[in-house]
Amino acid sequence: MTRAIGIPWPVLLTLLAALALAIIPIPDALRPARPEWLALVLIYWAMAFPSRIGILTAFVAGLMLDTLLGQLLGQNAIALAVVTYIVLQIHPRLRVYPVWQQMIVVALLMALFKLLALWPQGITGFPPGSILYWLPVVTSTLAWPLMYFLLRDMRRRWLLHLT
Amino acid sequence: MALDHRVNELQAVRGALASITYPLQVAVDAPVRAVSRVFESFTSREDLITENRILRSENAELRARQLRFEALQLENDRLRALLNTAQRAEERVEIAKLLAVDLDPFRQQIVLNKGRNEDVYVGQPVINADGVIGQILSTRLTSSVALLISDPSHALPVLSARTGLRGLVVGTGNPQRLEMRHVPLQEDVEPGDLLLTSGLGGRFPADYPVARVTSVERPQGQPFLSIEAEPLAALDRSREVLLLWTDADTPIAPIDAGDTLDVPPQEGAEAAPDTP
Repeated sequence: MTRAIGIPWPVLLTLLAALALAIIPIPDALRPARPEWLALVLIYWAMAFPSRIGILTAFVAGLMLDTLLGQLLGQNAIALAVVTYIVLQIHPRLRVYPVWQQMIVVALLMALFKLLALWPQGITGFPPGSILYWLPVVTSTLAWPLMYFLLRDMRRRWLLHLT
Repeated sequence: MALDHRVNELQAVRGALASITYPLQVAVDAPVRAVSRVFESFTSREDLITENRILRSENAELRARQLRFEALQLENDRLRALLNTAQRAEERVEIAKLLAVDLDPFRQQIVLNKGRNEDVYVGQPVINADGVIGQILSTRLTSSVALLISDPSHALPVLSARTGLRGLVVGTGNPQRLEMRHVPLQEDVEPGDLLLTSGLGGRFPADYPVARVTSVERPQGQPFLSIEAEPLAALDRSREVLLLWTDADTPIAPIDAGDTLDVPPQEGAEAAPDTP
């Protein structure tokens, strides 16, 4: 079996859109609740195209996010790489789950993502120091169905021929 | 990799990545700016006339004050010459705009639209019309990131305008609140005291207003006062800031001696406009 490689352009576009959503200005009160768009998009595409979207894609996208957010270089990159690795391991199961069951998995993955990103922050002496840090776990999980149906429709329209 | 960054080795990598991601920041910033411009163009004529009137009177007042300021500056320079201390450095100021992008919600940073192309350098003071805002944290070709004084990792050497007491103002992560640390219990600090930059850190020039003390507590059994202050500049609301270029080579020791001499006239200038 030949491995399908190369990142299709709709995937690149959604990754860019996710990065833009990560820095788009929203009211201050809502800022801690911003869902982790990039992580959601990566989870979906890693699940849909496990041979195309891998750890390296996640790492590079994470580096971009680090730069955009002015955070420690590598903090989101490593967390996203680990999350993507787990998705790659369980993608056959994840694909056939109903959406509510996927949401449980996404919640766990998000918690892991935030935990991994918290670690370097704690080491370098700037922990967020607020329980609000964990709010994106909840909001991202709630945003998952939206993301799932949106990206699935996109895949069906443009990328049905790909594996 | 994350650890590597602590020793500042990856600044170049970060700069390269930043120039890749800069178009994205601009792309996010542009629509936001366009919308605010559309709203601006719909302001009514009366509003503009009122604003114009207010600005005109403010301008007149400021120019009148400027007249006296120049005289004071000359006098100050002469007195300094008599004392053989350093001349006040010439300063260059340029306006920079904030890019409408959000950063890490738990850090206090902003993105400015000026970078290395405009001679912005790391550690450069950022102020606005009301007071000190922060300093430049990293620079790219056409943009830069500034750290606000309210960030928990930012400390700023200040002195009290009333008493000349020196101290350190540290951010709390809340843009409306700063803390003054390590002031002994017996020192004279009162709510309402104005805190100015002391220039001792070597980064900020002296005598820029920073914050006003809001509360002073004497906690039992603690060696230091617990002092809270409110920044004079609206850190989370300004859309435009001023970048400051100064001569960094002002000698430290003469400033020390000059401080005591400086403070009374400073206070006088502060109080005089209120009396008429």
